[in-house]
This record gives sequence, structure tokens and C-alpha cells, in this order.
Amino acid sequence: MASTDTKTDRSAELADVEAGLDALETTETGRTPVRRIVVDKVLPPIVAITVVLVVWQALISFKVVDDPSKLPSPADVGREFQAAWLQGTLLDFIWTSVSRGLLGFLLALAIGTPLGVLVARVKFVRAAIGPILSGLQSLPSVAWVPAAVIWLGLNNSMMYAVILLGAVPSVANGLVSGIDQVPPLFLRAGRTMGATGLRGAWHIVLPAALPGYLAGLKQGWAFSWRSLMAAEIIASSPDLGIGLGALLENGRNASSMPMVFQAIILILFVGVAIDLLIFSPLERWVLRNRGLLVKS
Amino acid sequence: MATTLATAAEPVVHAARLENVSKSYTTPGGQQLVLDGISLDVAPGEFVTLLGASGCGKSTLLNLVAGLDRPTSGSLTTDGRPALMFQEHALFPWLTAGKNIELALKLGGVPKPQRRARAEELLELVRLKGAYGKRVHELSGGMRQRVALARALAQESKLLLMDEPFAALDAITRDVLHDELTRIWQETGVSVLFVTHNVREAVRLAQRVVLLSSRPGRVAREWTVDIPQPRRIEDAPVAELSREITEVLRGEIRRHGQH
Repeated sequence: MASTDTKTDRSAELADVEAGLDALETTETGRTPVRRIVVDKVLPPIVAITVVLVVWQALISFKVVDDPSKLPSPADVGREFQAAWLQGTLLDFIWTSVSRGLLGFLLALAIGTPLGVLVARVKFVRAAIGPILSGLQSLPSVAWVPAAVIWLGLNNSMMYAVILLGAVPSVANGLVSGIDQVPPLFLRAGRTMGATGLRGAWHIVLPAALPGYLAGLKQGWAFSWRSLMAAEIIASSPDLGIGLGALLENGRNASSMPMVFQAIILILFVGVAIDLLIFSPLERWVLRNRGLLVKS
Repeated sequence: MATTLATAAEPVVHAARLENVSKSYTTPGGQQLVLDGISLDVAPGEFVTLLGASGCGKSTLLNLVAGLDRPTSGSLTTDGRPALMFQEHALFPWLTAGKNIELALKLGGVPKPQRRARAEELLELVRLKGAYGKRVHELSGGMRQRVALARALAQESKLLLMDEPFAALDAITRDVLHDELTRIWQETGVSVLFVTHNVREAVRLAQRVVLLSSRPGRVAREWTVDIPQPRRIEDAPVAELSREITEVLRGEIRRHGQH
């Protein structure tokens, strides 16, 4: 059976050539060691914060700014934090604002997502409200505060209304651009596999649009947080509890610069922390899975 | 009743049958005829390559056969929905290699408990055992096309349409994939309609080569390739027939320069 033998030989040879090509053309991508992550990602921000603190302290120590009511020392601000911590109010301030912000954001998600799908898929809806939706993104949501106060009064609904007006357009627009950027090839491939209509939307369009959608969510959160702070500063009322915006406003009323600084630092800290803890890892995970995250 | 009789007397003898199929598009400059009266049969288990220069409407023709578009006139029937493989791998980057295949199985109605094993089987068929959990971007160009082939085969279609699937690969990989495709075609008995602009590739792979003319696309000539498999692209008979076909193809192209 010479012919069968040569056939098997050939087949085995082909398998070997193929295995060789596969080995030559793929590169293993391992995980970055923890030490590298610390040096590349953790160290630089720590250095930056230290530099800011040193410059700040230097301004005080060398009496460049010699007026504690304008620029309190880092130690004064530190004592403000300590006092709030000891009174047990620090976490209350943060929680009041964060719970509002996150709940508002989730509402924005629940409204913005179907709205985005409608705008992306229904021509008439897109022509009707697409431009308004993009326009709303550039309207600072603080502009809505006076109107919201008049409509709804000084209460939590007014806060949520302002958050929604700030965040819904971002979430919807993110999804629209995500869906617009789905490569037509994926849609064709899906259709030949029988993924049409709802099955196509579920298996092809939505997963393909995910990176754009996540970018929209990230921006939506930033807008939610900003809108909420604006609302809290302008509309402070004892019934509303003291969030970070109200803390800032209280500091101004008491002419207490340490308290103002404390509030600003907390607002910044929460905004960065949510982004760093929730959105960035989510976005990186999605991009890495798709090979879209270029390692430098 | 008549239908039943016809089926009994004459079992389906084609994976695809095109009768006088034409396609034109409305453009700002008027009607543009892309395909003009194409008649073509693909028998079950047959390997046919469609060959032509730019503007012969190869991709339009495949879209029609794939059911992504409708002919303007003429009739077109296929034995079930064909699977389609593209020049770009078109694998979904949010799924692993294995899950890409499983999605095709799922959409084809394969029950969940069987999908995993079937996907592994198909990966083994394209010699990518162990690639199940790999992300698309972790695979080389040749490996991606093999996963795409496995995904197309997962559709269990009688007819596999291939739109220049190896055009973007380097020569060595392409050569290896020719051998693979021939092997898989022989093992599975699937019919293949393979579009290419590469004459030698067409001759290397096919039992029948159909040459299309350009603007509009018409069937210009057909060749039956009876060189026994396994062939190599550098074999003398392959080269010889390729030369003959290339001559005719060049003649077709030359007509377009003479206005």
C-alpha cells in the first residue's frame, strides 16, 4: 500500500509544517509582574502627590502666602479631616453624595441605554432627537439647577433630575457611537450564520458595541458626579443631609478654608476612586479581551 | 404532488443552481449592470472556483448565493443556507476561538450539551487542538482563517462559499492552507464555491474553474481540472493549465482597454 503510506506521510508532514508555522507566528503574552505595575503605575502618582504637598508646605513655611484664611497649611486641612473622622461625619459626607451619585447614575443607565438603542436603530428617532442629544452633552448641567429647583423644590428628586439631565445624553451617545462603529463585516458574518433581528442584536450588535458603550458610561459617571456637586452646592437645605457639595458650601459660609479644602479634596478623591475602581478596570478588561489594549 | 414526484424521480443534484441570474444597481448615473445572465450549477461535493479580474462582480455573486442580497432577475436556488467565509477572518473578538464556533452551532440549533464537544471536534479538524480558549488576537493570520473555516463548517451547510479567504496571507501559509482545505473538503464532502483572482490558486484547488468576464460579469469560459489530488501549486500540469487560463483572462482584460 505504497500510495496510502505516502498519503499518510504527506498528511503528517503537513500537520508538522502547520504546527511549526503556528508556533513561529504566535507570541505568548504573559501578565505583567507586580513589581513592574508598582513601578509603572503606582509610583508616579505618589510622587506627584508628594511634590504637590511639598510645594504647598513650602509656600506656607517660606511665607510666600502668609494668610491662613487664604491658604491653610496641609496640617490644618489634615486636622479638619481628623476632626470629621473622629466625629464620625466624614464617611457620612461621602456616603450621602456617593449614594446619590451612584443611584442617579444607575437611573441614567436605565434610561440612557434604551434611548441609545432607539436613536441608533430607528431612523426617525435619530433625525428627531439625535442632534439634541449631542447638543445636551455640551450644556453644563449646572444650568438645569435653577429650573429643577423651581419644578421640583429643594429635595432629592431635584438632585436626581439634574444628574439624569447630565448623564443620560452621555450614556445614550456612547451607545449610539458604539453601535455605529460595529464593523459591517460582523453584521454580514452574523447574518450568514442566521443571527438576524433580535438574535443579531443580542449576539452581534450589542457585544460589538460594548467598548463605545463603556466609554459612554465612563463619561456618564463623570457628568453625574459633576452635576450632583453643582446641585448640592447651589441647593443646600438642612433636609437634604450634608453631602460633599453642601460641605463645600458650609465651609464658604463659615469662612473656613480648611473645610473648603477638605471638601474639594474629597470630591476629587471620590470622582477618581470610582473611575479607578470601577470603570477603568472594566474598560481595560473589555479591551484586553479583544486585543485592543496595546501594551507599551 | 407534482413536486413530490419530481423530487423522487430527480433527487437534488445541485448544491446551488443559478439560472440566468442578473443583478443591477441603481446609481446616480442610471442602472448599472453588475452580473449579466449567469448560469452555474454546483453539484453536491463539487469544488468550483470562480475566477475573474476586478469588476467581474465576484463578491456580488457570492452575496446573492449567500442570500445576503436578491438577484434582479433569474432564479437562484441553494440546498439550505450556505456558509460564507470572508477574506478577513470575521471572527468575533469578544469571543474565544471555541466560543466563536459554538455561537455558529447555537444559531444553527445545536443543543447546548453537545456544543462544546462539537467545537473541539471542529478545531481538531482544522488542526487547532488546544486553541479553544484562545482569544482571536492571540492567533496568527493562518490560524484565524482556520478557526473561521471551522466556524463555517459548524453551520453544517451543504455549500461553503469562500470569498478570497487566503488572499491576505503570506505565500507559505497560503500554500499550507490549500493543502488543508483540500483535505477537509475530501473528508467532509462539502461543496465549495471558491472566489479568487489568483489563477494558480483556482487550478490548485478546483475540480472546475469558471472564468467570469468583467463589467458586466458573465461566464466567459469553463475548464474541468482533472489533475489528480493531492496537487501542488508548483506542479507542471497546474502551471500549464494556469498559463492557458491566464491567456484567456488577459484577453478578457485587454478588451476593456480598447475604447
